[in-house]
Amino acid sequence: MSVDITPEGFADDGSYNLRLYVAGQTPKSLLAISNLKKLCEEHLAGRYRIEVVDLLVTPQLAAGDQIVALPTLIRTLPPPLKRVIGDLSNTEKVLVGLDIRRRDNL
Amino acid sequence: MGKQHRPIDTDLDLALPKTPTGIDGLDELTFGGLPTGRPTLMCGSAGCGKTLFGMTFLVNGARRFGEAGVFMSFEERAHDLSVNVASLGYDIDALVADGKLVIDHVHIERAEIELSGEYDLEGVFVRLNHAIDSVGAKRVVLDTIEALFGGLEDSAILRAELRRLFAWLKDKGVTAIITGERGDGQLTRYGIEEYVSDCVLLLDNRVIDQVTTRRLRVVKYRGSAHGTNEYPFLIDEEGISVLPITSAGLAHPISREAISSGVQGLDAMLGINGFFRGSSVLLSGLAGTGKSTFATAFVDAACRRGERCLFFAFEESPEQIMRNMSSVGINMQTHVDSGLLQFEAARPSLYGFEMHLARMNRDIERFDPSVVVVDPISAFRGPSAEIHATLIRLADICKSKGITAMFTSLSTANEQMNEGERSVSSLMDTWISLSDIEANGERNRVLYLLKSRGMNHSKQLREYRLTSHGVDMVDAYVGPEGVLTGTARVAQEAREREAGVVRQQAIDRRRRELARKRAAIEREVAERMSALEAEESEVAMMLEEDEARERTFIDERVRMTQLRGDGT
Repeated sequence: MSVDITPEGFADDGSYNLRLYVAGQTPKSLLAISNLKKLCEEHLAGRYRIEVVDLLVTPQLAAGDQIVALPTLIRTLPPPLKRVIGDLSNTEKVLVGLDIRRRDNL
Repeated sequence: MGKQHRPIDTDLDLALPKTPTGIDGLDELTFGGLPTGRPTLMCGSAGCGKTLFGMTFLVNGARRFGEAGVFMSFEERAHDLSVNVASLGYDIDALVADGKLVIDHVHIERAEIELSGEYDLEGVFVRLNHAIDSVGAKRVVLDTIEALFGGLEDSAILRAELRRLFAWLKDKGVTAIITGERGDGQLTRYGIEEYVSDCVLLLDNRVIDQVTTRRLRVVKYRGSAHGTNEYPFLIDEEGISVLPITSAGLAHPISREAISSGVQGLDAMLGINGFFRGSSVLLSGLAGTGKSTFATAFVDAACRRGERCLFFAFEESPEQIMRNMSSVGINMQTHVDSGLLQFEAARPSLYGFEMHLARMNRDIERFDPSVVVVDPISAFRGPSAEIHATLIRLADICKSKGITAMFTSLSTANEQMNEGERSVSSLMDTWISLSDIEANGERNRVLYLLKSRGMNHSKQLREYRLTSHGVDMVDAYVGPEGVLTGTARVAQEAREREAGVVRQQAIDRRRRELARKRAAIEREVAERMSALEAEESEVAMMLEEDEARERTFIDERVRMTQLRGDGT
């Protein structure tokens, strides 16, 4: 089960597809979700799509994306696939991990 | 009064449930298997067979004990795994399709991971839990979880999470094997033995004299007795087998039954008309004295009685043995065809002693023979201590199973006994020595019994011949000139025959002389008798004349008296 929390006005072109894996409503999960939302609004406003996968509900999805640590954020689009592990509290690292910082600098 | 003895371990042993691995030997030395519902650490350096051990544990569980399993691989991909263990005859894909096994490959690529903030290994938990629940698994293998340390930074989190994982496995009630790479100065590279402390197995792969031997040791087993030595183990197309020393004591049952050696004359030399069943026989001899022939004769006799025989050949191929033995009238092929005889041939240098022993032990377990032949033990070359240990254990295994074992050993002409013989001689119940005596330009084979426990055996040197109908024992000539064999014996026999003729002639002459003497005496007696008779008749005549004269004289007197009376 995944919950789509993509905001209104999402454009398909040149946008980011992000999938966040968590396990249950733990403080770490909630922190990661809120960190991600804040970060996307700041840097990717209008060109991102977020899918949150709760592995307690759909554990069979864990193997497909090779999930080991939680929370894990995966950038499915644009390619290549990128992973960021952790509660996303270090914004700088998330931006580097998702290749957002560099793109903005261009 | 002494204190009351209280058994310490036995109750505990009964209380600790164990999960059999189905690996030959390992279940024996752990007295039943791995601790049920607890994690076991299996560590060893690369190439020790950790993955195979783990997979065997799961496959045996699924096939033989009806327990599904989960294999979580951190190194090999599922497809590679199933190809790798296919050589052991494990059809992983079929087990997966049947819902008896789940393989989950956990892959971490450090390069594509960015860390940001706190994390945990809940993903592994979720996957493991899902896999376990999907097939109702009772057995879990994590191979090799330490790979996580290479993929993720922050070992403090990893350690905490691993500790949690092992505790979680325990709560889950699955019997788990966690493999770990051997580290310097500690059992595993990242010291995870700290967290898995119920049972630790150590695998080792040592090369000594260019021969590799795999060994296994139970480092610890909390709450259970276990064998503490290093035990060799074997991985081949038949799977894994560990070789424990099963008979620590000498309490094996013994038999009074005699079984034939297959050579009539040899049976007669043994006080009970054969060997004791379950005894060990050493057959040592020089090259070409027919050690293999004796051994095959023994096997032939056993097969004819309908007993199962296992023949370990270390110098000749089975075909070669069968061809050669047909020249002495022993047909092994029929026994092989009937399934009573099985050959196991291997080059001695193929693997180390321990491996040979492990292999032989497994073959014995599988075939369950009543007779075992090892031809020859002298083919093993190496440190005497190892040969000694190997042979002692082999002889021990046979004795404990009541198997009559025959070992052949090649000796050299100038030494009393070689290393192999010296080391096993005390274990052998019967020792037959074959040698050849060289004299008068020829060699003749002789046999004698060096020892044979528990029977009054012959102390003679006996000559034997290998003929087209088997081994033929010849009555040895034992005389004032010693034991004679071959043509010397034949010549001696001829001399004896000659002397006999001469003696016979002398006797005949004496007999004729006696007859002549008897005739002469009888003639003389007859003459004398006739003379006596003549004398007798003469005397009788004289007596008659005398009586006649007397009668005349009386008549005259009567007449004269009458005349005188008339005159008065």
